[in-house]
Amino acid sequence: MKLTKLAVAVAAACATFAAYADITVGVTLSATGPAASLGIPEKNTIALLPTSIGGQKMNYIVLDDASDTTTAVKNVRKMISENKVDVIVGSTITPNSLAMIDVVAEAETPMISMAASARIVDPANPKTKWVFKTPQNDQQMAIAIAAHMAGKGVKTVAFIGFNDAYGEGWYQEFIKYADTYKLKLVANERYSRADTSVTGQVLKIMSTKPDAVLIAGSGTPAALPQVTLKERGYTGKYYQTHGIANNDFLRVGGKNVEGTFLPAGPILVAAQLPDSNPIKKTSLTYIAKYEAAHGKGSISTFGGHAWDAGLLLQNAVPAALKKAQPGSKEFRAALRDALEATKNLVGVHGVFNMSPNDHLGFDQRARVMVRIEKGAWKLDQ
Amino acid sequence: MDLQIALLLGQDGITNGAIYALLSLALVLVFAVTRVIFIPQGEFVAFGALTLASFQVGKTPGTLWLLIGAGLLVALIDMTIALRSGTARKIPRIVGWNLVYPAAAAAAVFLLKPSEFPLLAQIVLSLALVVPLGPMLYRLAFQPLAEASVLVLLIVSVAVHLALVGLGLLFFGAEGSRTPAFSNASFDWGVVTITGQTLWVVGASLLLIVVLAVFFERTIYGKALRATAMNRTGARLMGISTLMAGKLSFLLAALIGAFSGVLIAPITTVYYDTGFLIGLKGFVGAIVGGLASYPIAAAGALLVGLLESFSSFWASAFKEVIVFTLIIPVLVWRSLTTHHVEEDE
Repeated sequence: MKLTKLAVAVAAACATFAAYADITVGVTLSATGPAASLGIPEKNTIALLPTSIGGQKMNYIVLDDASDTTTAVKNVRKMISENKVDVIVGSTITPNSLAMIDVVAEAETPMISMAASARIVDPANPKTKWVFKTPQNDQQMAIAIAAHMAGKGVKTVAFIGFNDAYGEGWYQEFIKYADTYKLKLVANERYSRADTSVTGQVLKIMSTKPDAVLIAGSGTPAALPQVTLKERGYTGKYYQTHGIANNDFLRVGGKNVEGTFLPAGPILVAAQLPDSNPIKKTSLTYIAKYEAAHGKGSISTFGGHAWDAGLLLQNAVPAALKKAQPGSKEFRAALRDALEATKNLVGVHGVFNMSPNDHLGFDQRARVMVRIEKGAWKLDQ
Repeated sequence: MDLQIALLLGQDGITNGAIYALLSLALVLVFAVTRVIFIPQGEFVAFGALTLASFQVGKTPGTLWLLIGAGLLVALIDMTIALRSGTARKIPRIVGWNLVYPAAAAAAVFLLKPSEFPLLAQIVLSLALVVPLGPMLYRLAFQPLAEASVLVLLIVSVAVHLALVGLGLLFFGAEGSRTPAFSNASFDWGVVTITGQTLWVVGASLLLIVVLAVFFERTIYGKALRATAMNRTGARLMGISTLMAGKLSFLLAALIGAFSGVLIAPITTVYYDTGFLIGLKGFVGAIVGGLASYPIAAAGALLVGLLESFSSFWASAFKEVIVFTLIIPVLVWRSLTTHHVEEDE
């Protein structure tokens, strides 16, 4: 499996020099380093993307940026100058994506980011004109949580998050909407991904007796505060963010995470969506493809962001091909215009309706509230 | 903050402090004997914990392949040297340790089903896989440079750390694991509840420290290690092999590391890169002890654990800052009170 992937990558790299008329996609993602649990499913998904669109051969060049900003920028510069890529996909995390904007804007190459922050595409300006993204904004998720809390009669909330951009970003988004839903924030704590104990923070939270606790972490490290709270006998409601939506979290959290609420992309509970929801079909197709290649239960919502980037390209490339030949400056501009004109494209995380001021284009259909029940994700009606 | 919270924080701090103390002892030991600042110490923590977790879910741990691979390399190098220097009688021993032993371990993993073993047997098997990596690592990375300067050894140490973290990601994936607790018992003691796992960690750490003390005071190998630590040349003149001392100290360091990993895996989620930060906190403890004194290093590590626990209550966002800032006053105090002797290069 590994070998074939390597062979594909090498073949793709050679092919770029051989044929210029092919469409070249430069991918940089965080397959190692702190964001590896997000980057690996994305990398696996890129390998499943179609090898030709609109009759043109697609070449994917996949580079690892090790969750490091400098490497991400270096990768992008290299792919633009040496491989003459037509579009950049990546990176996995917000800091990397923000740093890449200057480079792609300068080279007038469209870029599709797989990172969450709204700042990547907002506000619209001559630079972000070239930048699109596929994951939901934290803001949409924060509103979903605040509304759900208010609906459950929660009055006081304690916050505990990563002491990095993820935790801080969530805190900023959440307090913005807490007032609107008459929620009072009683504690604001931080912990680091590598911490072995959060007893101090948990005791502080419990001394403020909140109705609910919001934990802003991603992947399995988000389980630690919840397990500690359970061990100390906290009986209120638990909320997590969509950063935990993979099966490893359920494995590590076990029975300690039963009853947790979280907002997530609809793909997480695709099989439970009503048949009338168009996202259900797209999601199930992707899941079947991914699990056929990587085994049952291997699916992660993060890979879905890469798949959505692929869908955006499949939708935009034919339109751009009508205007110019791949490998030219005109083609890149045409591709950008076509991406911006995306309308009613059903992805696995939502429905895209782009406009010059909205380079994400998701609406309320892009998120659902999910509850953890009997060790599985359950759509919360 | 009332008494109950303070006691809970204290308990938490001592539990973590006990682990840091073990690691700081290993760091002091390795530095004293080989002058290596052993940054990969933390990787043994992660490898020990994750190997155990792999057994429990019925997977083959990647550390087995590392053991076989490292064994093969060591055997190749050592056999070439033995043949060239005409000491072929050493070969059976080399083959036994580096080829037969990993093969036997592989047989144990594949033929017996470790996922059905009792916890104790799984722990023993995990240690049996991870601990021999210590001496093999010494043979491959450090022995050829045994006489190099501390700085060169430090750079090699960083390289080994990075290589092992990369291998860890390859073997165990990006997500973490937890193992079940040794005991679910809990004891009510006044206002505080003490969990069984806490007692296990503190008890096992104390036991290990006592065993190490006896080892150093009473056995010939322990005395040889102490002699090498005090004066390499002198120890050599007395017929102590510094090679053996180096391997032995790495064996002990790997044992302490992997054992610490097994101890903390039920308390917290362990990731492929968790070990580094834990090792770094043990290192702060070792620095307090000037990389020379075992009791002061252990006390320093305990202080780190307590400081960490209380600062996570008062100012969780600055916890790491507070812990690592501790090192500055300690360094100032040490450089003012000790007479520095230039290392002869």
